[in-house]
Amino acid sequence: MAEPSFDSMDYYKKDELLEVDHKPPRTSWMKTPVEFRPGTWIYPTKAKHLEYLGMPNPRDWSPTDEDWKLPDNWQEIIFNGMRERLDKYRSFKVFMDICVRCGACADKCHFFIGGGDPKNMPVLRAELIRSVYRKDFTTAGKLLGRMVGARKLTYDVIKEWFYYFYQCTECRRCSVFCPYGIDTAEITMMGRELLHELGLGVNWAMEPVANCFRTGNHLGIRPHGLKDTLEFFAEDIEEATGISIDIPMNKKGAEVLFITPSGDFLADPGTYTCMGYMALFHEIGLDYTWSTYASEGGNFGLFTSHEMIKRLNAKMYAEAKRLGVKWILGGECGHMWRVVNQYMDTMNGPADFLEVPKSPITGTVFENAKSTKMVHIMEFIADLIKHGKLKLDASRNDHLKVTFHDSCNPARSMGILEEPRYVLKHVCNNFYEMPENTIREQTFCCGGGAGLGTDENMEMRLRGGLPRGSAVKHVQDKYGVNTLATMCAIDRATLQTVCDYWAPGVGVSGITEMVANAMIMKGEKKRKLNFRLEPVWGDPDEDEEG
Amino acid sequence: MKFIGSLVAVLLLVLLAYLGVGVAGLRELFGVVLPYVSVVVLLLGIVWRVLCWAKSPVPFKIPTTCGQEKSLPWIKQNKLDNPSNGLQVVGRMILEILFFRSLFRNTRMDFRGGEEKVVYGPSKWLWIGAIAFHYSFLVVFFRHLRFFSEPVPWLVKLTQDVDGFFQLGVPAFYITTFVFIGAVGYLLLRRLFIPQLRYISLVNDYFPLLLLLGIGTTGFFLRHLFKTDVVAIKELALGLVSFGPKAPVEASWLFYCHLFLVCVLFMYLPFSKIMHLAGVFLSPSRNMPNNNRAVRHVNPWNYPVKVHTYEEYEDEFREKMYAAGLPVEKTPEQAAAEKSAGDNGDDASSGTDNKE
Ligand code: HEM
Ligand code: SF4
Ligand code: SF4
Repeated sequence: MAEPSFDSMDYYKKDELLEVDHKPPRTSWMKTPVEFRPGTWIYPTKAKHLEYLGMPNPRDWSPTDEDWKLPDNWQEIIFNGMRERLDKYRSFKVFMDICVRCGACADKCHFFIGGGDPKNMPVLRAELIRSVYRKDFTTAGKLLGRMVGARKLTYDVIKEWFYYFYQCTECRRCSVFCPYGIDTAEITMMGRELLHELGLGVNWAMEPVANCFRTGNHLGIRPHGLKDTLEFFAEDIEEATGISIDIPMNKKGAEVLFITPSGDFLADPGTYTCMGYMALFHEIGLDYTWSTYASEGGNFGLFTSHEMIKRLNAKMYAEAKRLGVKWILGGECGHMWRVVNQYMDTMNGPADFLEVPKSPITGTVFENAKSTKMVHIMEFIADLIKHGKLKLDASRNDHLKVTFHDSCNPARSMGILEEPRYVLKHVCNNFYEMPENTIREQTFCCGGGAGLGTDENMEMRLRGGLPRGSAVKHVQDKYGVNTLATMCAIDRATLQTVCDYWAPGVGVSGITEMVANAMIMKGEKKRKLNFRLEPVWGDPDEDEEG
Repeated sequence: MKFIGSLVAVLLLVLLAYLGVGVAGLRELFGVVLPYVSVVVLLLGIVWRVLCWAKSPVPFKIPTTCGQEKSLPWIKQNKLDNPSNGLQVVGRMILEILFFRSLFRNTRMDFRGGEEKVVYGPSKWLWIGAIAFHYSFLVVFFRHLRFFSEPVPWLVKLTQDVDGFFQLGVPAFYITTFVFIGAVGYLLLRRLFIPQLRYISLVNDYFPLLLLLGIGTTGFFLRHLFKTDVVAIKELALGLVSFGPKAPVEASWLFYCHLFLVCVLFMYLPFSKIMHLAGVFLSPSRNMPNNNRAVRHVNPWNYPVKVHTYEEYEDEFREKMYAAGLPVEKTPEQAAAEKSAGDNGDDASSGTDNKE
């Protein structure tokens, strides 16, 4: 058998990864240069994507090159970019000024916990930029330099920024613990915006951005391809339940536009959650439509720049308007909900052509979404269950022992904590929480969010995934948990790797998948197969009438 | 190194006060001019810094939510950790500012490797240290008002009495003095002895702590070790606040040293990290309600961006969509007909900028 390569998890020995030294090195951090070790950095954006998007300095390069082919006036570009952002974002300015370096955030970052690199302490990550800010924008820094933590912007600083701003998943866990709420994710976002002005970005984030701009979704699925995919799902649903369902697409005049991350169209286990949506909407008779133009809930613009968030997000409202729907329903996703909750209405609203969302099944008016006009699928399902509109047999999920992973963005940029738990507890009988300091607002990142979830970054993903993986292992050992439920498409892709490595034997599942499996559908045949077409409820070859 | 540098800086300041007053006898400068200058710098400095921050808008509503949001009526909202209106935000801010709520949440990672790997326990030491430091600082500051007022307000007297409750020593020791020095000492020691913390610490961190320690110890010495003419000092203080400064008193150089260090703190404060005292009020991750979906937040500099419109999209994929039976705005024939017409006339279907 061939030696596993660095982008495979088998390459990494557990006990070696666990030998983490959290003590900082002897050399001061300003004098410790970055080392681009395979497995800890991400391939840069291909020139064609930057060209397509009209972004600066498209070219082919590699972080391991000496020369990154920056524009000649790169220092001026960064200086101007920083000044512009200091003037536009109070968050950035205040966060540059008020950190007291108390260290409360230091051991809160999963990358520091699992890796021990001091520059992955949120406070130092911020200092990477703050030191330059002091030099260029404060008098003391100009006069006293190093002594007051100021340093010149050099080529090495840019390399360091690139390395460490792509070792932050913008999860905001540090911000929860900071006495002033300093949000290192916000600083990382600024850092990445500045890097993009020099043409420095990662392909894992920018290819989806370019795809999404063109085809409407990150994966580059074209309209007819999406139709095929959903039809294929419908066939599987029919095989499992005996029920044939409609797939409304680009349908004008539907009541609800449904948008979910495109990961659910392509990658297991997200696909089963997608089937769950389809089965659910059929069962309750929702008048809804998919869109091929707005076929992406997620928004990798969030990992790029505020401008890119807006460019990609614009499709949601534009499509809702074109189709003449009343409101929008959003699927299970993490960063999508940060964008929908904290940016969409401000950037692309007001959505005055839509109506305040009202569940046609229960009559509930979603007052909390009366301006954005977009409802989270968990709010929607929780409301259905509360009103007894779903016939559920939780025992159908009895083979699952379930724990729930709060995704960073829904937890810390929204606060949707109870709805998913309420739903889970109604669709399964075995539910166990992970330890207190690893859930809800203190939840740990999967280690692969914000454009980091690619295989060439495997070492960092495994290290960053250690805190989550270790908590999963804990409930696996204690309660025999075998399923990690999560309402995020990135999680469904990245956490399976984290579990396979740190808590082997635990599978990942979307919540709606579990809802759909527990749901007794009108006219269903005797169920033997779940939505994964696994024979969990009996032998499918056995004769029906038996 | 940074610690030594800061220590030297503070010692130099002490030396400066000694030379200035003890040797050169510049009482006028140290007793009148500098106090006025430092208070002006302090006040204008703070106002200027806050205005600087306030000048930058808050384009997005980005609170860090730390509890259940307001959603369906039967789901219990965590109003203080995830506020949904102005009043609840005030509640959250009060908890932050008076009780250091976020710091209270602090945990400590315990990296065990092996089977248990990582666990997290509560860690309240920093919170205790910070609370002890800030509140003792507040009380000490407040007690000083007895020098600046005649008659002394009852609340100041009461504070003094409670603070000196144990009646130990003559004059009585104040509890807060010890708490203050102890807490500053703790903050300093943790900076020096926790490796990660030492790694991130700058002169900007050691200097204020050492300065505070200097102020605290000189204050303590003044009260308990050296005979100080309190009446004369009160006269000086009253003169300063009534804008009729008396001729500076013949107090010891140590008193002038104490005063000088306070002046330095005042002048240093607006340009240092201690501005967190104002910055915390302006922190967008804490001072905004999480009601984004109910109340639209307006970005003053929202600008149009280049988007990919549905028309452009359909133009690219029309044939395929049509062939797959997906609804289209224009059938391929219609589009072709329009195109041949458009080739002669002007093209009306531009428009890549979205609204506002
Ligand atoms: C929400 C309110 C506040 C919080 C959470 C807070 C928290 C802190 C923390 C964590 C430290 C760091 C100690 C260290 O590790 O070195 C500190 C230092 C300090 N704070 Fe505050 N503080 C607050 C308000 C204030 C106010 C109102 C003042 C008024 C003067 C103040 C003055 C100081 C000073 C003088 C220091 C010590 C200097 C230093 O460590 O550099 N703080 N504060
Ligand atoms: S917790 Fe906040 S103030 Fe303390 S070091 Fe971290 S960012 Fe700075
Ligand atoms: S946002 Fe998350 S990943 Fe980034 S520094 Fe903070 S804790 Fe680490």
